[in-house]
Amino acid sequence: MSSQNEFEDRRAERENAARNADQVADKVELRRQAGHEIQAGQIQDGQIQDGQIQDVQLEQALRNFRLSVHAWSEAELSRPRTATMTVRHRSWRLATGVALGCVLVAGGVSGTVYQRHQKQAEQARIAAQREADHQRQLALQKAREDEDQLLAKVNSDVSREVPDAMEPLAQLMGDEGNQ
Amino acid sequence: MAAGTMMEAVTMATADEPAAREFSSIVATHRPQIFRFLLASTRDPDLAETLTQDCFLKAHRNWASFRGESSPMTWLMRIAINLQKDHWRNRRMQFWRMTRTNSVDVDEAGDWLPSHESSAEQRLLAREQVERVWQAVKGLSERQRTVFLLRHVEEMELGEIARTTGLSEGTVKAHLSRALARVRAEVGGSR
Repeated sequence: MSSQNEFEDRRAERENAARNADQVADKVELRRQAGHEIQAGQIQDGQIQDGQIQDVQLEQALRNFRLSVHAWSEAELSRPRTATMTVRHRSWRLATGVALGCVLVAGGVSGTVYQRHQKQAEQARIAAQREADHQRQLALQKAREDEDQLLAKVNSDVSREVPDAMEPLAQLMGDEGNQ
Repeated sequence: MAAGTMMEAVTMATADEPAAREFSSIVATHRPQIFRFLLASTRDPDLAETLTQDCFLKAHRNWASFRGESSPMTWLMRIAINLQKDHWRNRRMQFWRMTRTNSVDVDEAGDWLPSHESSAEQRLLAREQVERVWQAVKGLSERQRTVFLLRHVEEMELGEIARTTGLSEGTVKAHLSRALARVRAEVGGSR
């Protein structure tokens, strides 16, 4: 039993030593990366002397940063999430529906207005044509009447009484025509 | 939860196969880490969640071709980094889209404080430090930020970072050094 305890103690010591060695290696690497040379004799008994570490603040800041990111990440991972994509999808659908509805209404209204406008234009065109026909007929009729009047006048002019001096000749021509 | 439902659907589709069970355990093990890295990279919880889902979806599709040459974590992290790159590249190309992102402001990101700080003064100091580190991280290039986050948030070794990012170890060191110098300058400004 005691030998097992000793074995456990030795193993714990070995683990501690390994952990210390890792920490020292990390510190050395940190200092090297930060642009500081490690002087010989600074490492004693597996540890860097505290007074000689110039970048304690940097080390502390990096440690705090790491712990902060870990804490934030854990909090975010355990936070229940809402399906924002679905909401966005729904709003997108709604917007599309409204836009489509507006387009349909606008199309319907403009179609009706256009159709009415076309109908009115056609009616106006037909009325204008009818009016023009009517005017043309009136003009023709008037022309015909004028012509008739002119012919009547010519006739009346032509058929006026023959002067007395020509009466015998007119009678003769009338007789010849009868024969 | 959306992610849980999706992951369940992915795993249930082939629930009978041992590979699916193995993949399911990989998802359960590595999802927090992938999400954390993407959250730190984007500062946008919704985007990080989406990219995490995409990462595991892609991993699931290619799970049969994973030969185990690297650890699953390295493989998944590589997919996550590529997805993140693709996302920003697509955003840059689609410049006509709305440029607003849901990224949390640096001040807000600094609100998450380690719980061990007891006094109000310690908490204030810690908050200021975290905000300054965020500010520095915000100004880093994409590669520098990736390398910095992998090293100082995910606590990955340099060799593992090199394998994950596909860079040489020397390049990783150079990026890390520049990133750290910037963080150091920012944190040093608070003194």
